[in-house]
Amino acid sequence: MRIHFKTSYEHDIRLFPDWWSFFVYAALVAVAVILPWLLDDFFLGEVTNVLIWAIAGLGLMLLTGQTGQASLGHAAFLAIGCYSCIIGMENGLPFLLAFPLAGVITGIFGTLFSIPAVRLHGIYLAIATIALSVLADDIIVLLEPWTDGVSGKFAPMITIFGIEIERWTTPDRFYWLVLAVTILCTLFYRNLLRAPLGRAFAAVRDSEVSATAMGVHIAFTKAAAFGLSCAITGLAGALMGFYAGAFNNETFSIVISISLLMMIVIGGLGSIHGAFFGAVVIAFLPQALSMTTDMIGGGNVAIPGLETGVFGAILILFILFEPMGIYGRWLKIRTWFELFPFARKDMFKRQKSYLKTERLR
Amino acid sequence: MSLLEITNATLKFGGVVAVNDLSLSVEEGEVYAIVGPNGAGKSTVFNLISRFYEPFSGQITFDGQNLLDRRADAVADLGIARTFQNIELFDHATVLQNLLVGRHRHRRTNMIEEMLFTPRVRREEKKHREAVERVIDFLDLQPYRNKMIAGLPYGVRKVVELGRALSSDPRLLLLDEPASGLSVEETQDMRWWIDDIRKQMGITVLMVEHDMGLVSGVSDRVLALADGAKLAEGTPAEVQSDPAVIAAYLGTGAA
Repeated sequence: MRIHFKTSYEHDIRLFPDWWSFFVYAALVAVAVILPWLLDDFFLGEVTNVLIWAIAGLGLMLLTGQTGQASLGHAAFLAIGCYSCIIGMENGLPFLLAFPLAGVITGIFGTLFSIPAVRLHGIYLAIATIALSVLADDIIVLLEPWTDGVSGKFAPMITIFGIEIERWTTPDRFYWLVLAVTILCTLFYRNLLRAPLGRAFAAVRDSEVSATAMGVHIAFTKAAAFGLSCAITGLAGALMGFYAGAFNNETFSIVISISLLMMIVIGGLGSIHGAFFGAVVIAFLPQALSMTTDMIGGGNVAIPGLETGVFGAILILFILFEPMGIYGRWLKIRTWFELFPFARKDMFKRQKSYLKTERLR
Repeated sequence: MSLLEITNATLKFGGVVAVNDLSLSVEEGEVYAIVGPNGAGKSTVFNLISRFYEPFSGQITFDGQNLLDRRADAVADLGIARTFQNIELFDHATVLQNLLVGRHRHRRTNMIEEMLFTPRVRREEKKHREAVERVIDFLDLQPYRNKMIAGLPYGVRKVVELGRALSSDPRLLLLDEPASGLSVEETQDMRWWIDDIRKQMGITVLMVEHDMGLVSGVSDRVLALADGAKLAEGTPAEVQSDPAVIAAYLGTGAA
């Protein structure tokens, strides 16, 4: 077990607790960068998909995991990000401008949505956000002049400083682009967590009463969480559009919203790792399932509802046996090895406390 | 001028008068205790000061400023920090993070700066941590610094909550039953801390407490409250020997 001797406040502030973890993450990034030379195009595409989901997961994690506001409407924000980026590019904006702009536009929509949403709690917020998901479909159809409604749109070629990036013809470049966005979003997320706003998010999540008493403006903090969360989700949405190549009103359905929420729960609420672990499960599980059914049935069996059934079962199992998600399990396994042979079975047993000040609302 | 002044405050919940035409003033640098039977309206007074409740009538001023003009989250900016009767910590955060939330009123950086973690954010962050470390030293919280609240025993949580309030460098500290649920030794510690908070840090303390030992040990003045109204006010000894207080607590003897 490593013990950190802290000799300055820097120790608590810096990104990596020690050189070892710095090297681990640096190695991870290095492997990620050279991945296009290690994998064929199919698997590289799958990894790209994982990363895009992870970005979207980071967006939702900021809102649900950090700030405690459940959202089943994030598919709508994926759609806003996707359409605004591609419409921007169709109107002559370069990708480097249209892409961040898509994030900003989605962020503004998210902040606007927070105005009614700050008044809702728990299950009611979830219901309101479902409405958003349902509405998005219809609104895309209604705005046909811009969105081309049911017939949908095709993602244009991305050009950055004369370098052409396209998902099918240059999957490696597209992968690097997604990787860069992933790293940037993770860094921003990590920075927020070690700054006052990130702590205010956690304060709002755990106790609004005492957050208020400490001077945290609940509505502003929630609005900031919605804005940032939706901005990141918007970026993921734009990348999803480029990844899919073609999209219409049905691409960003409510199923995507539900998968996103499931993903962060399975991965582990409230942790950056959780968004990535969850993305791996969500993106690879359909492939793994179809490969398994192919192997068993020789490629001619289609079992309707198999995918959703398996997803549901996994979610239930996690909520029952590992509420902290894959990241929680990972922490336990790591601690077991670090302490070997001194780890005890009950070390992670959760204590319950039933004391709560009566809510002042 | 008093630091905190409540004038003729009244608060009703439906037909229940929780606070009835109550006036009190807390002077700078004193420890002022509110005692009274359960349901007397002690915590309600705190919630009025924290602006969680809106009084029906009356005035509350802090250092000459009208508190009733302010939103609940703007009360902390004036330098009023509080603890809660049933401990309201941020359960899924560490002790250090909890104390750092106490620094929120000193936040000088905005969202964009924090996302980029500019050198200014880093400098501010170091200042916050320095202030919090002083509180950790003062309350002997070193062993728990990086522990999650969810796994801590009750007594430690109570101290962490005091620490979170202290981290904000308040001028007025509101303690809602600081000794409830604490052992004799822990209550003794609490007593010394309250003494030091007043004498070394120069912070005014307003507290609600049932433990008369603690109250008479630390407070300069005591207010006895019953049914939301003032019963008696004075030094601890005066209040304890007041016939009205004895009647409220013990009944009037032969029925």
